Amino acid sequence: MSAVIENHHDDHHHGPAKGLTRWLYTTNHKDIGTLYLWFSFAMFLVGGAMAMIIRAELFQPGMQIVEPEFYNQMITLHGLIMIFGGVMPAFVGLANWLIPMQIGAPDMALPRMNNLSFWILPFAFFILLSSLFMEGGAPNFGWTFYAPLSTEYAPPSTTFFIFSVHIMGASSIMGSINVVVTIMNMRAPGISLMKMPLFVWSWLITAYLLIAVMPVLAGAVTMMLMDIHFGTSFFNAAGGGDPVLFQHIFWFFGHPEVYIMILPAFGIVSHIIETFSRKKLFGHSSMVWAMLSIAILSFVVWAHHMFTVGLPLAAEIFFMWATMLIAVPTGVKVFNWVATMFRGSISFETPMLFAVAFVVLFTIGGLSGLMLAIVPADFQYHDTYFVVAHFHYVLVPGAIFSIMAAVYYWIPKWTGNMYDERLGRLHFWLSFIGVNVTFFPQHFIGLAGMPRRYPDYALQFADWNMVSSVGAFLFGFSQLLFLFIVLKTVMGGKKATGQVWEGAKGLEWSVASPAPYHTFSTPPKVD
Amino acid sequence: MFFRFLRNLTKSSTLLLAFLLVPVINADWFALNMTRGITDISNEVFELHMLIFWICVAIGALVFSVMFYSMWAHTKKKNPVPAKFHENHKLEIAWTIIPFLILIAMAVPASKTLVKIYDDEAGDINIQVTGYQWKWQYKYLEDDVSFFSNLSTDLDEIYNLVPKGENYLQEVDEMVVIPAGKKVRFLITANDVIHSWWVPAFAIKQDAIPGFVNTAWTVVDTPGIYRGKCTELCGKNHGFMPIVVKVVEQEEYDLWVDNKRQEAIKLAELTTKDWSTEELVQRGQEVYEVNCVSCHMTDGQGISGIFPALAGSEIALYDKDRHIEILMEGVQGAAMNSFDYLSEVELAAVITYSRQAWGNAEKGDGEVVVPKDIVEYKEPKI
Amino acid sequence: MNKGAKKTLTKLIIAVPLMFAFGFALVPLYDIFCEVTGLNGKVSQSEYSDELVTDSGRPIALQFISTNNENMPWTFEPSEQVMKIETGKYHTATFYVKNTTNRKMVAQAVPSVAPSNAAAHLKKLECFCFEQQELMPGEDALLPVKLLVSNDLPSNIKNVILSYTIFDITDYNDEAMAHHDMGME
Repeated sequence: MSAVIENHHDDHHHGPAKGLTRWLYTTNHKDIGTLYLWFSFAMFLVGGAMAMIIRAELFQPGMQIVEPEFYNQMITLHGLIMIFGGVMPAFVGLANWLIPMQIGAPDMALPRMNNLSFWILPFAFFILLSSLFMEGGAPNFGWTFYAPLSTEYAPPSTTFFIFSVHIMGASSIMGSINVVVTIMNMRAPGISLMKMPLFVWSWLITAYLLIAVMPVLAGAVTMMLMDIHFGTSFFNAAGGGDPVLFQHIFWFFGHPEVYIMILPAFGIVSHIIETFSRKKLFGHSSMVWAMLSIAILSFVVWAHHMFTVGLPLAAEIFFMWATMLIAVPTGVKVFNWVATMFRGSISFETPMLFAVAFVVLFTIGGLSGLMLAIVPADFQYHDTYFVVAHFHYVLVPGAIFSIMAAVYYWIPKWTGNMYDERLGRLHFWLSFIGVNVTFFPQHFIGLAGMPRRYPDYALQFADWNMVSSVGAFLFGFSQLLFLFIVLKTVMGGKKATGQVWEGAKGLEWSVASPAPYHTFSTPPKVD
Repeated sequence: MFFRFLRNLTKSSTLLLAFLLVPVINADWFALNMTRGITDISNEVFELHMLIFWICVAIGALVFSVMFYSMWAHTKKKNPVPAKFHENHKLEIAWTIIPFLILIAMAVPASKTLVKIYDDEAGDINIQVTGYQWKWQYKYLEDDVSFFSNLSTDLDEIYNLVPKGENYLQEVDEMVVIPAGKKVRFLITANDVIHSWWVPAFAIKQDAIPGFVNTAWTVVDTPGIYRGKCTELCGKNHGFMPIVVKVVEQEEYDLWVDNKRQEAIKLAELTTKDWSTEELVQRGQEVYEVNCVSCHMTDGQGISGIFPALAGSEIALYDKDRHIEILMEGVQGAAMNSFDYLSEVELAAVITYSRQAWGNAEKGDGEVVVPKDIVEYKEPKI
Repeated sequence: MNKGAKKTLTKLIIAVPLMFAFGFALVPLYDIFCEVTGLNGKVSQSEYSDELVTDSGRPIALQFISTNNENMPWTFEPSEQVMKIETGKYHTATFYVKNTTNRKMVAQAVPSVAPSNAAAHLKKLECFCFEQQELMPGEDALLPVKLLVSNDLPSNIKNVILSYTIFDITDYNDEAMAHHDMGME
């Protein structure tokens, strides 16, 4: 691997290779970042199409479009594809593009592994999606795949599902190792840890989280595999195992996973708010400490997903208090963003619109999360649409809005062209309205008593489900506009300057737009 | 420019908004909140929910108002030169400690309620609830009553062939009945995969896990019918295994238990006892002499032209199924009424008797009808 | 690649299999945790202990429930629904079990205790749930469980529920069994 970096200097003046092989063999962080971003966008549309099927079925009470069995496959694949195919690869793509440029490094530390970690992903999702055409259908046990529904009672395609999770895990782990090695060793002289841009910080923490929990997920699915094929009983009560153990292991992975999907968003939003407020970020170091404490706390709150499995009283109280504690650092971050905007000189270009919407809607999702932490109340909320509303508020106008904001913010740097501001704002407003119309009524549906993962429902839930479905179609189809805007920007448009945004600071803005194929072959000077 | 753009957007999307507004306006604006429920615990949970909700609203309002204010007042136009500050230790300490105190204020009452919910004392009545794919079984441990509770909504309603009833997907063939004012403990387990037993009105939600028993309890003072659902994905028909609890006064409950017990005894008698032909014939003759003899006569010859003879009748000789059907349904336009009010044992016995007596056994197939046959005949109609 | 990068890489590459192993280590850790706290009623066998036996016990009710897991056709029920016992004394209860099928079958009973904080105070000297039960076609048996509820049982608990779920663990792939089955058909 070291050879690659050493040779680097020689082909410095060469541009990218031509044709398909450029993408197949590339070890360039910018190319790989682009691949990741396009892949995640494709998966976002696939997972989104499944969401459209779900919402179409739920438009009215009664079974209209799909059968319950297929509906369960849709909710399972929608979750898996959006998490592992949509949000995570998008963040890895952004990391690839931005981390080397933000720390003044020529490339990622392990470029060949970088290529490998991307190119195994399409196979993972090919396998996962092909399970739709297998006998017995695709996995139908929800993205949380609780045993024994996912072991003894699972369709035969589960083995392929396990295999594809292994590949996704391997890809994430390799990607994270790359990120950590790059950040720890390739920073330009003068960039101390505390001076690192927040996006880099957020990814450093995320990468450590991934390295810690992805192997645990791999362990969990391996145990499932052994239960299914080799007669072990990790999760089978008859053989001395315990189905609840599965949930403990799963959420030991699952809760940090939730923060894996939001920490990079914190980094992105901090940069954007800073830029468009034309004011230095308030409390840079407290932002770092807040992210660190959120990451550490994420390892001791997993059982708040399991308040109804019959935990002892002491455990319920511990996990309730620990979970509520997370509100403190999360609050600090929100206050810091508001304080950054305060007495700034704010303009509302599309990235800023998405970032502001992120702060408001993520806070709403966070507050409903606080409500969910209260165990007695959670007995009423648990596994209802209130939970669905909560996690979609933190993931859609949270993680996904931050990714869209990032795309609008950095796309001039990537392509050298400005996106169409009018269309960008149209996209924002359609998405903003769509998201809220979709997910806000789900709070009502949940409180009124509709459980999640229901293909059909009682009549009192009908009105708000219809509203929610209309919103979902609006949000879903607006994303085609996003695709159009991105394509239009790639093809051409007003040329962007190097700095692009008036208030933008940071090394990535010090190079030309589009960023040259190789940047910072010699480290920049940073004071 | 931005506002002109917004106006254009509004104009072009009027149609879309209209499409959106219709369901919003029609929606039930009074069904937005959690149910208060009808037990002390569910009330406490509701109060807790409202307390946290208002605290969250207050926090949200405070943060957003500062934010919206600066979005309005500190735009590039109004405030071309941004301020320089980027730190304030006092402020930062304050907004770390104050939320911490607010959290404690929320967690303390929540913990207190939780301790109340985790009450280990036995119930006056203990009901074992077992989740199956996809129905619930209820066993009353003290009273020896046990039954399954299935969704009773018609498939035609689900597939939109007929209009949906008021309790669409929230109705069962047999409700769980519990007495008012008594402490009822539910021992929740499962038979196959994990299910979860939720009745919002009692604020009970407990996972049903194969091999393990979870407990939950309630005291309900108000008689009524309360509906709940399965809340853990359990396969294909997860959405189709509702829970319906009927709370009745003690006297009514005692009657119900008595009834269920007798039903159980009867059913056990019918299905487990091996009836011999002699027993049936003997019992059947008694029934015949009370119910049939006035028309069909002691010798089974009936009265020519008015009441048909049973001796040598085609049906009594060869057609067992039609024989059962005649006794259960009667004969249209004839004097023969339905005898379905007789017990299963009595019906089986009297049919067997008339297939055996008067030389019928020798002439025909002589098939015996046992009580189970009658139960099976009735079954699809339940 | 520079030295520092190699060092970081090595550390991370070691961390991955360690975390994978940690996932598996959660299994025994969880068992230990359950045993200590009595979570899930996973009561393991305990030695006879004089210290636990006392005359100053109080009366409580032991309630038994039995569940057949899916497709388990055996008859399985407690001989007595409720037993009045005293804490600090050994008692024996029995469960009646019958293989109602026409093939040899093996079963495993899985115990669970409610309320969950009673489990730690339940000491089982012997229990049919510690071993597998094999019954020939039509065979029946009375399965004993000998236990003591320790005097430290929280005083608000006056009723302890002991539940057993019986699972069919017959190995149908086993050749002898398979032959047997075919013979029956």
